[in-house]
Amino acid sequence: MFVIKNMRYKDILEIDYLSIEKNKITCIVGESGSGKTTLLRLLNKMISCESGEIFYNGENIDTVDSVEIRRQITMLPQVPTVFPGTIRENLLIGLKFAEKPMVDDEKLHEILATVNLEKYPDTESDDLSGGEKQRLALGRVILLDPEVFLLDEPSSALDDETEKIVIEKIVSYTKATDKTLIMVTHSKSIAREYSEKIIEISKGRIVSPKEVFV
Amino acid sequence: MNGVIDLHLWQMAAAYVFVLILLIIVKLKRISREKEILISSVRMTLQLILTGYILVYIFDNPSPLFTIIILVAMEGFSIFNIIKRTKGKLPSKLKVIIAASMITGTVSCLFYFVFVLINISRWYDPQYFIPIAGMLIGNSMTGISLGVSQLTEGMQSRKDLIEGALMLGATPKSASKQIIDNAFDSAILPTINSMLGMGIVFLPGMMTGQILSGVSPLTAIEYQIAIMLGILGSVALTVIMFLQLGYKCFFNTQKQLINLSSLRKK
Repeated sequence: MFVIKNMRYKDILEIDYLSIEKNKITCIVGESGSGKTTLLRLLNKMISCESGEIFYNGENIDTVDSVEIRRQITMLPQVPTVFPGTIRENLLIGLKFAEKPMVDDEKLHEILATVNLEKYPDTESDDLSGGEKQRLALGRVILLDPEVFLLDEPSSALDDETEKIVIEKIVSYTKATDKTLIMVTHSKSIAREYSEKIIEISKGRIVSPKEVFV
Repeated sequence: MNGVIDLHLWQMAAAYVFVLILLIIVKLKRISREKEILISSVRMTLQLILTGYILVYIFDNPSPLFTIIILVAMEGFSIFNIIKRTKGKLPSKLKVIIAASMITGTVSCLFYFVFVLINISRWYDPQYFIPIAGMLIGNSMTGISLGVSQLTEGMQSRKDLIEGALMLGATPKSASKQIIDNAFDSAILPTINSMLGMGIVFLPGMMTGQILSGVSPLTAIEYQIAIMLGILGSVALTVIMFLQLGYKCFFNTQKQLINLSSLRKK
C-alpha cells in the first residue's frame, strides 16, 4: 500500500526503503523525537519530503491532490483537536470537512460506544477530560471511515484498562472493515500484542521493520 | 442659511488650548506621551495646511490628471499604511493582495458613487471626487488593517485547529473559515457601530462640515446617508476580496500550512 524510497525530511527522518502493507495493523515504535510523528505526517501529506518518493497504491503522493489523500488516509494527532461545541458537533464537523453525508444520533451513539466514551452527544466538549477528548477525536476519525487510519499515540492520555479496551476495539473495527491501521505507540506491549508489523525508528532511521505473524 | 464664519488666526490658535490641557494632564499623570501628542498635533496642522493649499489649486484648475494623481497618492499612502501598521512580517504575496483589494474595492465603489449615485457632469470634479475618495479609502484602509491583523493573528494562534481540520480532509478554505469569518466581523464592526450611533450619539464629520458651511441639514443628511452606505459597501468589498484571496497565502501548493514562525518578527 505504502512504499517509501530514498526519502529524506530535513535532519529528522531518512528512509532508504520501507513498505507498509494494506489491511494490516502496523505499529511504529521508537524513543521520543525519533521521527515517528514525522512519518505519519508525511503519509498524511501534512508535510512533504525534501527528496525521495512516497507511493500510495502505486501512485506518487506528490502527484495526488492532498485533500483527496487526507480523506483516504486520515490522521489523528497526539494532542487531540477539539473544536468549540458539543460532542455531536465535534463528531459531525469531520464529516463536514471531508464533505461526507451527515449521520443520525444512532450512528453517533455507536461510534461513542466504539471508543468507550459513555457521554451524551449534547455534552459540551469543554467539559471532557483529556482522555475523553482523545477518545472523542478518535471517534471522529472512525466516523469518517477512511481507507487508512494514522493514529499518533491514540491512547497516551488513557489509563491502562481503558487503553486496552479502546485499542482492542479499534483493532477489531479495522479488521472487521478491512481497513489499514498505522499506529504510533509508546507501548511496546501494545505493539507486540496487536500489530502484524512493527517499525522501529531510532534517531530518524528505521532500525527494524519486523513482520509479526499472528 | 447663514454663511460660514471665517475663523481668525487667534481663534485657530485658541483651539490649541485643548492640546495644552492634554499635555498638562499627561505630565501630571506621568504618562510619557508628550512627544507623540506634540508630533501628531504639529503633523496634523502641517498636513492640513498643505492639503488646503493643494485643494485650492486643484479646485481652481480642475483636471482629470490632477484628480487621478490625488487618487493614486491616496491609494498608495493607504496601502503603505496598512502594511506598515501590521505587526510581524507579511508574505509578499499578501502585500500584493492587500494592494489589489484596496484598489479594486475602493475604485469600483468610488466610480459607482460618482457616476450612478450623484451623477456629476464632470466625473473628475475635485469638489466631489476627492472628499468622497478620501472617505471611502480611509474607511476601507481601517477595515483591511483590522482584517489583516485578525487573519495573521488567527492563522498563528489557531494553527492547531487548522491542522486538525486539514488532517480530517478539510480544504484550506473550510479549515480557515472560522478565522476568515472572525476577521471579516472585526473589520466591518467599526463601520456598523458607527452607523448605529450616527445621528443620535454623534453627528458625522462630513455632515457637520456641510452644516457649518451653510448647507441645509436635510441636504447634508442625504449626502451622509449616501456616503455611509458607500463606505459600508467599500469596506465590505475590499475586506471580502482581501480575505477570500489572502487566506491562500498561508498554504503552499500542496495545501499544507506554511511555517508561520517566519511571520512573527519583522
